[in-house]
This record gives sequence, C-alpha cells and structure tokens, in this order.
Amino acid sequence: MFDYETYLRTSKMPLIWCAGCGDGIVLKAMLRAIHKLGLEKDKICMVSGIGCSSRLTGYVDFNTLHTTHGRAITFATGIKMARPELHVIVVTGDGDATAIGGNHYIHAARRNIDLTVILFNNNIYGMTGGQVSPTTPLGKFASTAPYGNFENSFNISGLALAAGASFVARSTVYHATQLEKYVEKAILKKGFSVVEVITQCPTTYGRRNREGTAVDMMLAQKENSIPVSRARTMSEEELEGKIVTGILVDTEKPECRSEYQKIIDRFSQPTGSVETKR
Amino acid sequence: MAEKGKSNRVQVLSGNEACALGALAAGMRFYAGYPITPSSEVAEVLSLELPKVGGVFIQMEDEIASIGAIIGASLAGSKSMTATSGPGFSLMQENIGYASMAEVPIVIVNVMRGGPSTGLPTMPAQADIMQARWGTHGDHPVIALAPYSVREAFTLTVRAFNLAESFRTPVVLLMDEILGHVNEKVVLPLPQELEIVDRVRPQVSPQDYLPYAFTKNGVPPMVSFGEGYRYHVTGLAHDESGFPTNQPEKIERLLLRLNGKLEKNRENIVDFQVDDFDDAQVGVISYGSSARAARHAVRLAREAGIKAGLFRLKTIWPFADQEIEAHTKHLKAWIVPEMNLGQIAHEVEWVVGRSIPVHRINRIDGNPINPLEIMAKIKEIA
Repeated sequence: MFDYETYLRTSKMPLIWCAGCGDGIVLKAMLRAIHKLGLEKDKICMVSGIGCSSRLTGYVDFNTLHTTHGRAITFATGIKMARPELHVIVVTGDGDATAIGGNHYIHAARRNIDLTVILFNNNIYGMTGGQVSPTTPLGKFASTAPYGNFENSFNISGLALAAGASFVARSTVYHATQLEKYVEKAILKKGFSVVEVITQCPTTYGRRNREGTAVDMMLAQKENSIPVSRARTMSEEELEGKIVTGILVDTEKPECRSEYQKIIDRFSQPTGSVETKR
Repeated sequence: MAEKGKSNRVQVLSGNEACALGALAAGMRFYAGYPITPSSEVAEVLSLELPKVGGVFIQMEDEIASIGAIIGASLAGSKSMTATSGPGFSLMQENIGYASMAEVPIVIVNVMRGGPSTGLPTMPAQADIMQARWGTHGDHPVIALAPYSVREAFTLTVRAFNLAESFRTPVVLLMDEILGHVNEKVVLPLPQELEIVDRVRPQVSPQDYLPYAFTKNGVPPMVSFGEGYRYHVTGLAHDESGFPTNQPEKIERLLLRLNGKLEKNRENIVDFQVDDFDDAQVGVISYGSSARAARHAVRLAREAGIKAGLFRLKTIWPFADQEIEAHTKHLKAWIVPEMNLGQIAHEVEWVVGRSIPVHRINRIDGNPINPLEIMAKIKEIA
C-alpha cells in the first residue's frame, strides 16, 4: 500500500469537489497508476483547463498548469513539443475538451502527439451550476435544458478514435481498478491517448434527473456498463443508455514529436547536406 | 536567404523575413502559428530554419491553439513566438491575458492589415493599437513595439524577446503589411553585436521558491517545468506561491504588482527616435511604415525652410507620454499621421491637453499615407 500523500499537496486541501463527486476516485486511480509506473514527480507535467475536474492540478505535487477554458491540450502540445522528455498528462472534462476545446481535442488526436488525456465525463457543466453539455443525453434535464435536452449527445471516445488517437479507453468511477489500469496503459502509450471516465455529479446532474445519491449513481454505472467485446455483438437499440467500457483502440502509429525529432536529427548529422523543398 | 550575404553581409530581405531571423538571433526555439495574410512568411521562414538549430516549429489548428502552445513551450523553457494579423490577434486575446496574469514571456507578432473583421487582408493598416493595449479583459500590463524598417523588424524582434524575458510579460510586435512585405537592402547586426537577455532564474532551493514572489523590480525569478521546482501556474488570482486565492488583500497586491512592474521599469522600456527636432516648431509623431512617409515629409519641409521635426515611436505601449510632453514645449502643433482613425492621436491629445493643437492625418482605405499629404499639413500650420 502506498501513501497517496506522496503525490498530493495536502496543504491545499480540502478539495473543492462536492460530497459524492466522483472526481476524487479518478484522482486516486491516476496516482496509483503513476506510482505503479514509478514516474519521477519532476518529470510529470499535469495540464488542465477550466471546470470541476480541471481543479485537480492544484492538488497534485507535479509541474502543474491550470490553463484557460478548452485550451489545456494546446498548452500541453507546446510543453511536449518543447520538452519531449516530460510526461504530459491533460486533465479535462466533457465541456472543456469537447465543446469549447473540441477542435484542439480532434487535432491532437490527428497529430497523434504523445499526450495522455484523462477526460472526466459527468454529462454536465458542474462548476457553473449544471448547464447542459455535449454529453448530456437526449431528454435529460439541466439548468439550461429545463424541458429536457433536445440535442443528441457526443460519443467522445468515438470522436478521439475516429480522429486518429493511438489509445482510447472508457471506464467509470465504479470500475476504479480497471480505470487505474487504463491510465497506466495510456501513459505508457507513445501517442495520443484518451481515457474517458464516466463520473457522477450528484449535485447538479443527479439531483435534477432524480438519479438519487452518489452511491445510486455509481451502482447505475455498474449496471449500465457493457464490456466492449460484448457491445460488438449488440444492436444500437440494445446499447441505448449503456456505457461501453474497455479499450476501444490500442495501436501503434507515427507520433508527432518523434517524427519532428527525425527532421531535427537530419540537421545534426555531421556530414552531408540536407535537401529541403521550398 | 541568409547565405546570400555571406561575402559582404548585404542582404535583401522583407520585414517578415527579418522578423523571423531576429527571433532566431534572440534565441527563439519554439514557434506555433496559423496561416494568415500578411504574416505567413514569418511562419514559412521559421518552418525551414528552426529544425536546423534544434528548435521546434508547429502549425496549429487555429490562433487560440497557437498562443496556447507558445505559453506551454515558454513554461517548458523555450523562448517562444507566434505571428498573426488582426483576425488571429483577436482570437488570441484571452490567452494574452493568461500570459500577463501567469507572467509567461512570449512574443506575438501582429502584421497589421485593414479591419474590422476580414477587412483588407492584403492591404496595410495600423488599427490594432488599442487592441494591443486593451484587447484582453481586465487590467493588465503589456508591451508593444513598432518597427519602421526591415532592419528594425530584426532588431526590435530581438528587443521584444529581451523585454518579454526581462519582465515576464507578453510583448506584441506591431508590424504592418507594408513593412511585412517590403524588400529592403539590409546589413543585419552580427550575433556578437546583439544584447540577448534571458529570464532571471531563482537563487533559492525548490522548497523556498515562490514563482510569484514580490521582488524589488516587481519581476519574480522564473524556472522551467521539469527542473525540480514543481510549482503551480494558474490564470486565477493567486498568491506568491502561485495557488488560487480569494483574499482581497492578496488579490489587490498581485494586481498592483502586475500592473506596476512595467511602470516601475518604464525608463528601460520606452524608446523613440527624434529627427530634426532641436529647433522644430511643427512636430510629427508617427510609427511603423507611416513614419517612413512622415520622415520624408519632414525632410521636404526642411528643404522648404520649414522647421519641422519627427518624433518616431519605437515603443507603442507603455506610451511615451512623458517624452512627448517634454518635446511639446516649443511646438506650434503636433501632426499625427497614422493608418487608423486616430488611435495614437487620441493618446497624444491626452498628453498635451489643450496646450497646442493636435492635427490628425488618417488613412483607412488600404493605401499608405502619402508624404505630400503630411507636407501639405506642415505647410498649413507653419
């Protein structure tokens, strides 16, 4: 058993998260994965955007950067390109990464830059009081969807997959051990990696949608989860309202910063001139 | 390009090319940008040159991503830059405020074109003066420089990095389409002739490091991510340790330091050049490519026996208010030619009050200002 406090800035606690919020469980799974990998704290750079989950960076004892809304991946891209030896981990939410930051999310996946994105999906804008988000399911209520959400929701793991990410996995707060393993794999993967984690917001989402306590919401995560292998045998109707968990893609492909290094290395070779087209 | 001048060091360069070379000479090793006329040559030159010196070039998905990336790279220890024009500069504003608040040195080149909106992509303007000052929300410090020649596009780019590093603040280089695209014969300074400034590093151990410490000159020492100093950076109001705070006295103290640090050091920042000013009775204040027309007009006036002088702004922000006031004493009037509707003239009026008239010459149709237009105004006043 290791001591979580090794990785925490305990003087900055208590956390701002509400009682029953799932984000703390994600934080602990992340720290267990980092510990298991034996990463040096000085070599980890954790970058977040704006929102509840993005406040995580204030509590962890790494190089931490709390950026502007939706832009965490852009700052992280700059860090990774400038200092490829750092492990750059992005902490973001469904609104941060896929509404205001959607363009950066898909382009980072397309580039396949070696970032690890932990995407906290609670289906709502919690920090601002429960407004509808791109992942709020059709018909669910939010402070700006008082008659029920009339928009379709995003499959945000599918988005990363389609855009070219090397590794995409989905888990839930209920499946904390599985989540830890996925975080570990995502960090190890040389390429753009996303771990989407379904997390509950009892305060602004659960209450409005009569989903009960945090425990009720976590039990619903358990009941509604379908492993990806089984999901492949099911129809779209059967999968309605389900959470498909598991590793959705795990592949090897050229990584952006490594490809750029090859260009730099062409110039640092002692002999011969380099051909460029202009 | 750079190879051409090897034998006699004379080169023919555009302002955009000189700006890119100036950035490399200043030690810039990370560039992120998005294509936009009339700035794209800056990116093109750097995409070619940066890998040769071990630096990194990346074309991002938009201007918001570009400035995000350069802030990240600067925190990771690389001198970083982006280049754009009006529409892209507008998109960057939120993160310019972030760089001001989080005190991250970056350089933003804005090769100005006609606006508002898509405006005149291939024609010059100088209408982003106020956007450079107040484009992002909240009270914040900013430095903006305005070169007027290809050589100065090089030297002021070097200076932009030196100022950004010295004061941990974003610095805007306000070029314009004429300067960006004009080709001039130049002899660039040799590396050994350049003063290169790097950020001040902390002298304390990681345990004692305060990334937002209150220091004598108002600028806290800065260390890069990954060097053992694990600190927190946020755009939220924060205390000296960098962590968010809601305490009014700490918030006020931070914001007063932020806004005061350039004022405290303004003598080392504000820069201008005067021509024919000793006995001048009519003063012309100008900057950027408009100052080229202004200089020609002043020479024509002198040839005609009129005592005219040029006051050329090399720094736009902080504004050279004290210096302009000092040069106002023996003047009958100021003339302010600029390619906008009077953004700098307004500042000049604010400085001189009702002591002497301030005449505006404005051009917003995509054409440069004609020296004869300025000459006619000088004659009329003299």
